[in-house]
Amino acid sequence: MPTDAAPASRGSSGGSSALAARLLAGDRAAVPEALNLVDDTRAPQREQARDLLDTLQRNRESLRGHRVGITGAPGAGKSTLLDALVRNLRPRGRSVGILAIDPSSQRTGGALLGDRFRVRSGANDDGVYLRSMAARDRLGGIADATAASVEILGAVFDYVFVETVGVGQSESEISHGVDTLVFVAQPGAGDSLQFMKAGILELPDVFVVNKADIGAVAERTASELSSGLGLSTPRADGWEAPVLLVSARDGAGVDALVDAVDAHAQHGLESGAREAGRRAGRAHAVCAALAQRYGAYGLERVGGRDALEVRVREAEEESVASLVHRLGQFIEGALTGR
Amino acid sequence: MTAPKRDRPWLIRTYSGHSSARASNELYRANLAKGQTGLSVAFDLPTQTGYDADHPLARGEVGKVGVPIAHIDDMSQLFDQIPLAKMNSNLTINATAAWLLALYAATAERQGADPAALQGTTQNDIVKEYLSRGTYVFPPEASLRLITDMVTYTVDAIPKWNPVNICSYHLQEAGATPVQEIAYAMANAVGVLDAVRARDDVPEDALPRIFGRISFFLNAGIRFVEEVCKCRAMTALWDDLGRDRYGIEDPQMRRFRYGVQVNSLGLTEAQPENNVIRIVLESLGVTLSKNARTRSLQLPAWNEALGLPRPWDQQWSLRIQQILAYETDLLEHEDIFEGSKVIEARTRSLQEEALAEMQKVLDMGGVVAAIDNAYMKQRLVESHTARLRAIESGDLKVVGVNAFTETEPSPLTAAGSDSILVVDEGAEREQIERLDAFRSKRNDADVKGAITNLRDVLKNGGNVMPPSIRAAHAGVTTGEWADTLRDLFGEYRAPTGVTASGRAATSATTQAVRARVDAVSEKLGRRLKLLVGKPGLDGHSNGAEQIAVAARDVGMEVVYDGIRLTPEEIAASARDEGVHVIGLSLLSGSHGVLVLDVLKRLADLGLGDIPVVVGGIIPEADASELREAGVQRVYTPKDFDLTRIMGEIVDLVSDAD
Ligand code: B12
Ligand SMILES: Nc1nc2c(ncn2[C@@H]2O[C@H](COP(=O)(O)OP(=O)(O)O)[C@@H](O)[C@H]2O)c(=O)[nH]1
Ligand SMILES: [Mg+2]
Repeated sequence: MPTDAAPASRGSSGGSSALAARLLAGDRAAVPEALNLVDDTRAPQREQARDLLDTLQRNRESLRGHRVGITGAPGAGKSTLLDALVRNLRPRGRSVGILAIDPSSQRTGGALLGDRFRVRSGANDDGVYLRSMAARDRLGGIADATAASVEILGAVFDYVFVETVGVGQSESEISHGVDTLVFVAQPGAGDSLQFMKAGILELPDVFVVNKADIGAVAERTASELSSGLGLSTPRADGWEAPVLLVSARDGAGVDALVDAVDAHAQHGLESGAREAGRRAGRAHAVCAALAQRYGAYGLERVGGRDALEVRVREAEEESVASLVHRLGQFIEGALTGR
Repeated sequence: MTAPKRDRPWLIRTYSGHSSARASNELYRANLAKGQTGLSVAFDLPTQTGYDADHPLARGEVGKVGVPIAHIDDMSQLFDQIPLAKMNSNLTINATAAWLLALYAATAERQGADPAALQGTTQNDIVKEYLSRGTYVFPPEASLRLITDMVTYTVDAIPKWNPVNICSYHLQEAGATPVQEIAYAMANAVGVLDAVRARDDVPEDALPRIFGRISFFLNAGIRFVEEVCKCRAMTALWDDLGRDRYGIEDPQMRRFRYGVQVNSLGLTEAQPENNVIRIVLESLGVTLSKNARTRSLQLPAWNEALGLPRPWDQQWSLRIQQILAYETDLLEHEDIFEGSKVIEARTRSLQEEALAEMQKVLDMGGVVAAIDNAYMKQRLVESHTARLRAIESGDLKVVGVNAFTETEPSPLTAAGSDSILVVDEGAEREQIERLDAFRSKRNDADVKGAITNLRDVLKNGGNVMPPSIRAAHAGVTTGEWADTLRDLFGEYRAPTGVTASGRAATSATTQAVRARVDAVSEKLGRRLKLLVGKPGLDGHSNGAEQIAVAARDVGMEVVYDGIRLTPEEIAASARDEGVHVIGLSLLSGSHGVLVLDVLKRLADLGLGDIPVVVGGIIPEADASELREAGVQRVYTPKDFDLTRIMGEIVDLVSDAD
């Protein structure tokens, strides 16, 4: 264990490379410690986190977990749907990691993280891992450490689900961090219309109209969504996003949802879209973080967004966190004239 | 001098039961000999949640807060030498109500009693279980079906039985305002009656009789003038509802019939002798007004906030009722509030506000919808938060707690733990032995047949009662009956009512704690994260909810998943969520077994250094044992200052780091 750095966190039994090795070996017991580490804002821990994430990035072939975003308005049934997915996937021997992102109170910084309550099927099952996080700082309902946490879970679990709240803006944010984006709509016209108005119909890879058990309204919403989609221009990657009627409560349609997610995963692997998407996601994350910290002016110091994206592409072996750190130092140097 | 004409007093009861059917039977007979006129049975938590004494979840809970009843021999023992044809029994039983009624009916048959003579009540109100009481098992739809099964069955087969007692009592115990108490109870009754009416096996002409058998269970708080108005408002609302919504023409059938247990939430650990005065005043609220007088009354005891009452403590409360009924002139007068403008005005305003709130619930789809979307539960948690903040700030005075705290040493509590009933640790083992003996002597083929029959009847939409009574005679146990239903209906968890974000308290002290949470979070590198856990079958959620709210509002991240988790689940959540501190809340007396189990499991996971604090009804002797075992702090009801508790938790985490 390196003596120059503080221990990663409680119960740390080795440096970050040991931790990375355990993750890459699929050791579930290493996950809590790794998630604590990447959420830690202290300088030594951040350095260790960068080491850890660099190691994962170098071994990116082993990050087998398929990353799925589950997004939609509060109360649409995302958490209940996750429970249904767990019940569906576990008997088939597939393991599941979940990040549940809760909106946190702006005023106090406090939050009640209540999603565990709906996702009960994973209790007492080592093949399921749920971590709740409060959305902090950044816009779009996505916690700072989300992307890193997704990488970590992806090393150990077959599927990584990320639950986020939102209609609008935040879809685009989360869509950069996952391989498949599932949008969960509430039955009732308002929701899907609002969604179409937001003009981001092309982002989700799968549409779910949940609460199919309540009947006609759900069916109407589904057909509205389908016709809305029919009007939009075909996607460049050739994927046609299905609209599925699902009841998270009684399990109807969950098989079809799993099939659709798997089909999109397959499509992504075969067409190379998943690889490309992950690359683009990295570039986006680096740009977004730097823009947030140093503004457009700062980005110009490193040649602007396009140049940055090229740099990220070239640094294939480096994690987002390291890139942000390194390029950030560079910008700081430029800004202070050093 | 001729004695003035007096009304008949209400049924005088004491809510009791503990250890075993035999011990409880002795207690009941002693109470009846003291002039009690009805029985009120408290069941233990395994019986209420459908587990036999040897089930892992029953560990530490058997015979603790009530009597364990696993089969017909237990039930027969419980009513030994008590002729059921003459008794009026109140059974506080809900998720497993159909089963306990089946055992009761089968026992009556054994005694040779005519079912038509049986009088009493099964509480059987699951809506308030989700909202407050916590001994639910099945999902709302299945629960409602069981309730309506019992309603349609008893109306002909056991016509003097109250199959369901709509409870507003427990809502007040969870913090409800009078308006919420009335509104949600009425919405609940509508939910049950609409479901009954929707069944095709209910003839049109049965509805008035069914309506007439629906009774209520109310609370009576310390603001007893308002409570008089509340009872009058409910009497009027019920009458309106019967006439307008259900077309009940006979005014007799629209009479609002209710029983009461007076408020316990306001009974204090500090200066506990004051509770007797509170209990007396609360009793007035539901007895003073003849036109809205309770039909039965049960009173808590002076040591309510310390632990379970001993026979003497209950006797003291029994005597309160008897003095009120037999010594005072209360029962000699017509309604003493008739014509009072003040009472009328408050009654009317309560009625109007409650009607509006009830309509809100009906508009969102009725009680079942308003449970699952947490609307009602969230309102209760908010009301309770407001109440506790008012106590903390001193706006709401509680004598001996936040005002007039100087006191002489109390002779009542001088004896320490001897001032409460402590259930013998051997009760669990003995109940398991009896269960084994019972199982080995029954006819296995009969049992199997009865269970198969139960399953088939339920699957085909038949009424739960007949096959349950058959199963009772065949020797089926509580756990076996409930497992059959769990298998068919599945299980449910009700929302916690604690919202993701809230309104921060703005007092200087809370702001100071919030600043320290920020500082410590910075030092930790992550925001301070607290796990609030409720291990075991204990359904008392108020404390856990309010701790979660307080922690959230001083800026912590809080993981709280609701009641009835196993120690294993709690330890695993602590690990997976990466929490900095764990708070366990236990009020039902099984802290000894369960807290130690959580500590052990944390140690096994290598999390032994996460500080653990415990709160609830923990007698001092037990508290020191818990501290020796590694618990950092133990809180009890006298620690009403939530902000101070939060400050101490921050300190603990800061020191542990
Ligand atoms: C309200 C109440 C109820 C309500 C509960 C509503 C709810 N959703 O919580 C209702 C009416 C439903 C109820 C039912 C029962 N109750 Co009750 N109930 C009470 C009562 C009156 C008050 C408890 C309360 O909520 N106080 C308010 C909260 C805010 O206070 P608190 O929980 O004590 O929390 C404070 C501290 O203890 C501490 N704290 C508590 N937890 C935690 C956790 C952490 C992390 C921290 C830091 C601090 C902390 O901080 C809080 C702030 O002051 C007590 C007696 C009393 N006066 O205390 C009996 C009492 C707890 N009930 C009792 C019993 C037996 C029952 C039943 C089991 C009866 C039965 N046989 O069916 C039922 C079933 C409940 C179940 N499912 O388990 C007994 C328990 C006996 C024992 N321990 O030996 C008591 C003590 C009454 C008695 N003397 O008989 N009950
Ligand atoms: N009828 C019905 N209700 C559902 C279904 N899925 C979820 N719900 C309910 O919708 C509410 C919100 O669910 P939740 O999973 O917490 O939504 P989230 O906020 O999107 O995570 C809860 O009351 C659920 O019980 C479904 O398939 N059918
Ligand atoms: Mg959710």
